[in-house]
Amino acid sequence: MNKQAKLALTIVSCLAIAGIIFSMDNFFGNFTVRVFNLCAIYIILALSMNLLNGFTGLFSLGHAGFMAIGAYVCALLTMSPAQKTLNFFLAPIVPWLANVQLPFIPALIIAGSVAALFAWVIGTPVLRLRDDYLAIATLGFAEIIRVLITNMQTVTNGALGLKGLPKYSTTWVIWSIAALTVVFMYSLVHSAFGRSLKAVRDNEIAAEAMGIDVAHVKIVSFVVSSFIAGVGGALLGHLMTTIDPKMFIFGLTYNILLIVVLGGNGSITGSVIASIVVTVLMELLRFLDGPLNLIFFTTEGLPGLRMVVFSLLLMIVVIYRQKGLMGTREFSWDMIVKGGKR
Amino acid sequence: MTFPLFLQHLTNALSLGSLYALIAIGYTMVYGILRLINFAHGDVFMLGAYFAFYLITLLLLPWWVAFLVAIAFTAMLGIGLERVAYKPLRDSPKISIMISAIGASFLIENLATVVFGGRPKGFTVPDVFSQVLHFGSVSVVSISVIIPIFTFALLALLLWIVNKTKTGMAMRAVSTDLDAARLQAIDVNRIVSFTFGLGSLLAAFGGILWALKYPQLNPTMGIMPGLKCFIAAVLGGIGNIMGAVLGGFLLGILEIMIIAFLPELSGYRDAFAFIVLILVLLLKPSGLLGKNQVEKV
Repeated sequence: MNKQAKLALTIVSCLAIAGIIFSMDNFFGNFTVRVFNLCAIYIILALSMNLLNGFTGLFSLGHAGFMAIGAYVCALLTMSPAQKTLNFFLAPIVPWLANVQLPFIPALIIAGSVAALFAWVIGTPVLRLRDDYLAIATLGFAEIIRVLITNMQTVTNGALGLKGLPKYSTTWVIWSIAALTVVFMYSLVHSAFGRSLKAVRDNEIAAEAMGIDVAHVKIVSFVVSSFIAGVGGALLGHLMTTIDPKMFIFGLTYNILLIVVLGGNGSITGSVIASIVVTVLMELLRFLDGPLNLIFFTTEGLPGLRMVVFSLLLMIVVIYRQKGLMGTREFSWDMIVKGGKR
Repeated sequence: MTFPLFLQHLTNALSLGSLYALIAIGYTMVYGILRLINFAHGDVFMLGAYFAFYLITLLLLPWWVAFLVAIAFTAMLGIGLERVAYKPLRDSPKISIMISAIGASFLIENLATVVFGGRPKGFTVPDVFSQVLHFGSVSVVSISVIIPIFTFALLALLLWIVNKTKTGMAMRAVSTDLDAARLQAIDVNRIVSFTFGLGSLLAAFGGILWALKYPQLNPTMGIMPGLKCFIAAVLGGIGNIMGAVLGGFLLGILEIMIIAFLPELSGYRDAFAFIVLILVLLLKPSGLLGKNQVEKV
C-alpha cells in the first residue's frame, strides 16, 4: 500500500471517529454516552500505565493513588463555594479552600501537576527498588493516600466524599484529551527520550553503559505517567460527579492493569483497543452479576461473577499469550492488508 | 496509662503479632524459593477461615476436626494454585509472574464472593476460645493466649522441618540456587509444591485463629492482613523465617501500641504498615535479618 492511500485511510478514520463522537453526543441515551466516555478515560489511564509498565519496565501499582489526588484536587478547585458548604456538613472546610473556584482546564492542569509533584517526591527514593518491591511500595503509597483522604475531614470531607461536582467532563473534552494523550505518547515513544526509555526497560545496566542517566529517565517517566493519571482521575470524577475514597481502591488499578496486559505491554494502539473492548465488555457482562437463566435452572443474583470472568481472562492471557493482543507492535494499515501474514 | 491496661494492650499486640508472623512465614518461604511475591497468599488465608466455617456450620463437624480438615484442604489448594498459576511461568519475566499472581488473587476473591456470598458471616467461636481469663487485675480472652502458644509450637515444628529433615535441606538448597539443586538430583517441582503446601497450611492456621479472634468473615478479609504480612516479611528480611517472625511481631506490637498510646491516630491504622515498608526499603532494603544481595550483570 502506498503512502497516499494510508494517509487517506487515516484521515477518513479520524473523521469517522469525530463523527461517532458527534452522534454519541447528540443522539444516544445517557447510559451509552457514559460508557463511551468511560472508554476514553480508560484510554488515558491505560496509556499512562503503559508508559511505566510497557515502555520503561517499571512495574507500578500506584495508579489509584495518583488518580485520587487528581480527582480530589480538581473537584475542590472547580466546585462552587455554595456546593462546598453543602458537602462539608460534618466539619467546615478549611478556609483557604472554601472560596476558590477555577475554570475546568486550569483546574485539570493543576490536578495533574499536584499528582506529578507527589510522584516526584516519592519517586526519588522508591524508584531505586526492583520490580516486585517497586510494585508493593507504589501500592502502599496508593493505600496511604486513600487513608489520608479518608481521615482529612476538613480538606477532603473524609469518607463521605464529595458530591455534586460540575459536569465538565463532556464527550468532546474527554475524547479530545484522550486523542491528545495518544498523540503525546506516540511522539514521546518515538523521540530520543522514548528510545532511552526502551533501553532502560530492556537492559538497565547496558543502558547505563551507553551513557543514559537511568535514574533521571525513570523519574521523568514516573512523573509524566502520574500527571496523566491525575488528569484521568480528575476527568473520571467530573464524569461521575461524585467521588469518595472507596472509589480509589486497588481494584481500580487492577482494571487498568488488565487493559494494559490484554492490549499488549508496550503497544499504544493495543492499549487503546483493549480500553474500548474491556470497558464495553464490563458493561455488557453486567448481566452475569444478576439472576441467570441457564435453561435447566435459574440462579439467583451472583455478584462477583463478572470479575471472575475478567480475572480468568487476565490469567489465561498471561499464561498462554504473554504479549497480549498486540505485543509491542503497533496497529498499522499494512497489518490489515496483509491479514496477519508477517 | 495504668500498668494493667498496658499489659492488656501487650497481650493484644502479641496475639496480633503472632498472627502476622504465621502469615509472613508463608510469604518469606515462597519468596526464598521462587523469588516471587505470592499475591494470593492473603486470599489463601481467607479460604482457610471460610472452609472451617462451612465445615462447622454445614457438616456439623466438631470444631477440632473441622479445623484440621480445613487446614489440610487449604494446603492442597495452595499446591494447586502454584501448579496452575505460577508453574507455567517459572521461566518468564518477573512482571508476568507478578501479574499472574495478582490475577489469581482477584480470581479467588471474586470466586469467594460468588460462592460464599459477599455478606459478612459470623464465625461461631467454641467456648474454649472465648473464656475470659483473669491474671490478677489483668483479664484476657483465652484466644489471645492460645494464639502465641500455637504460633511458637508451629514455628518450632517448621524450624525442625527446615533445618533437620532431608526435605528441609532440599528446600534450603533450592532457595540458594535452583539450577544447582536440580543438578544434585533434587526434585525441584516437588520441593516447590511442598513449600507452597507448608506456607498455605500456616496461612490456614492463621486464618482460623484470626477468625476466632475477630469472628467475622468476608471475601476480602485477606487483603489487608496479606499486604501487612508481606511488609512484615520485608521488614524482617525476606527469605528468612526468623526474620518474618520478628517482622510480624514488631509490626503487630507497633500497630496496637501506636493506637493504645495515641488514640487520635487510629484512623491511620492501615497506613502505619506501609510507612514502615517505605522506610525499610529506603534505609535497609535487605531487612533486619536479611543478607545483602549484589546484583549480577
